[in-house]
Amino acid sequence: MSARVEMRGLRVSFPSPRGPVEVVRGVSLDLGAEKLGIVGESGSGKSLTARAILKLLPAAAHIRAERLRFDDIDVLTAGERQMRAIRGRRAGLILQDPKYALNPVMTAGAQIAEAWRAHHRGRRRQAMEAAVELLAQVRIRDPARVAGLYPHELSGGMGQRVMIAMMLAPDPELLIADEPTSALDATVQAEILRLIDDLVSRRGMGLILISHDLPLVSHFCDRVMVMYAGRVVEELRAADLAAARHPYTRGLLDCMPSLLHPKPRLPVLARDAAWNE
Amino acid sequence: MRRLRTLAAGAASVPITLFGLVLITFVIGRIVPIDPVIAIVGDHAPPDVIAHVRAELGLDKPLPVQFLIYVDRLLHGNLGRSVMTTHPVTTDIAHYFPATIELATAAILIALAVGIPLGVFAAARQGSRFDHVVRVLSIGGQSVPVFVLGLIFLLVFYVKLGIAPGTGQQSVIYEGMVPYVTGMHVVDAALSGQWDAFEDGLAHLALPALVLAYYSLGYITRMTRAYMIDALRGEYIVTARAKGLSARRILWRHAFGNIAVGLITVIALAYANLLSGAVLTETVFSWPGLGLYLTVSLLNADMNAVLGATLVVGLVYIGLNLLADLAYRLFDPRVR
Repeated sequence: MSARVEMRGLRVSFPSPRGPVEVVRGVSLDLGAEKLGIVGESGSGKSLTARAILKLLPAAAHIRAERLRFDDIDVLTAGERQMRAIRGRRAGLILQDPKYALNPVMTAGAQIAEAWRAHHRGRRRQAMEAAVELLAQVRIRDPARVAGLYPHELSGGMGQRVMIAMMLAPDPELLIADEPTSALDATVQAEILRLIDDLVSRRGMGLILISHDLPLVSHFCDRVMVMYAGRVVEELRAADLAAARHPYTRGLLDCMPSLLHPKPRLPVLARDAAWNE
Repeated sequence: MRRLRTLAAGAASVPITLFGLVLITFVIGRIVPIDPVIAIVGDHAPPDVIAHVRAELGLDKPLPVQFLIYVDRLLHGNLGRSVMTTHPVTTDIAHYFPATIELATAAILIALAVGIPLGVFAAARQGSRFDHVVRVLSIGGQSVPVFVLGLIFLLVFYVKLGIAPGTGQQSVIYEGMVPYVTGMHVVDAALSGQWDAFEDGLAHLALPALVLAYYSLGYITRMTRAYMIDALRGEYIVTARAKGLSARRILWRHAFGNIAVGLITVIALAYANLLSGAVLTETVFSWPGLGLYLTVSLLNADMNAVLGATLVVGLVYIGLNLLADLAYRLFDPRVR
């Protein structure tokens, strides 16, 4: 159960007083039941690229592409109704910070149950039972109690588990995780990533993991796409990361401190204007 | 138990506000250049009568003592007598206030039924033509004086088109026909089953209620729109969309659900404003409410009546603010 995402030459632009500004400039990607990591710095267009698949861009954004398909659905021409059948049901999106991404006036259980009910037929009670079951699946202790808590009563890690449970509720085929651990404590980060990795593998789903942490992404993904200024500068198998050739990728790798090969001074990433072209 | 404690905390400021209100009405009563004794006995009363009445009212005592007497009287529900009507002010207020409640309630219900959806949809289509029309409409409600609008309404719907009755609460033929229960004419007519009087009352209520509703609508619409725009920017809206929910559910359940509690304060203030500030509208439409009573008393220098009505207005504000505060503590999980 996995959908194919096919993207050719995606371009996303925003209007500005000096004409449209293109922030994603011709990105192509293919994805099946595998784990793809998209790495890049803030503003490199990695989030917009992933969200374009669900057409969840800010209202002002303008999308163009030679081709953008989710299985047999042409996302470019699909209406809201068709997109709603994809969102949640076939592809979930996990956002960065559960503090803002969860509705503050609904309980965790109600938010998960809502996602479940949006795509399954069932009574409110059944949905609530499903929500508690999902909370158990994301390894929350005492799921029945947590289901009755409001987001401000949850820790960051718990909030992100609720978010994951919510996005898994309709059994999607693809999960897009947009910096799912950036807002969390370092100790919780690994737990959440392992949880996502485990659930995705077990359900045979596709995963797009967006991050600015290159080694982390390569650890969890099959393939890594490195983006810079709205373009893909390098795409390679995670196992071949050491063989990366693009100077930006090399720079990112070199500036990571290593315990095995300590350096007296970490090199600073030297940017080259040519990367923008 | 915790909930009870937060509720109590919300009510803690009420006694202080009440004290301030009582103090202010007392001070106003003493600094206005109207001698309450002369107002009662007249300009030409002999000096010994004036002195006698002054002593009877306690006005010869020092100010702090006078204040204590004033508070003591208030606590016994004694607001003094109205010179104009010769009734106790409490009786007068009990007579006039229900008409104001009737008018203000009708107005706020209309304003809510129209204003909230307008604000929500304007926010959902921010920058659209609909949004601009709503903005012009709501600014109009805030900036056209109610008496101007009231007179225009009377001119158009009563004089020219003849589809609305004139001023007052009821037509002359129903005068004295409806037994007094709540004092709200329309409610009393319905309670006694006099449906023709009920219809007549509603028809009389329509124009002043619409004028006042339009005035509140501007405020409610603009606040709803502003709150909604803020809510719709939230990350949880992206989450809701990513779940594949319908636009309507996102708009009402997620965005509006987040601002509803905040709107209660806005609504409570608008309602308090209507309950106290309908002076001009009541005058234009000869609506026998508190506003009209206050105006006439003021013009006749009837200080007991003025202070009594002022006190009631103050109490309405304190009461509604308290209710809004309690609603916050009861319904907002973040405060609770």
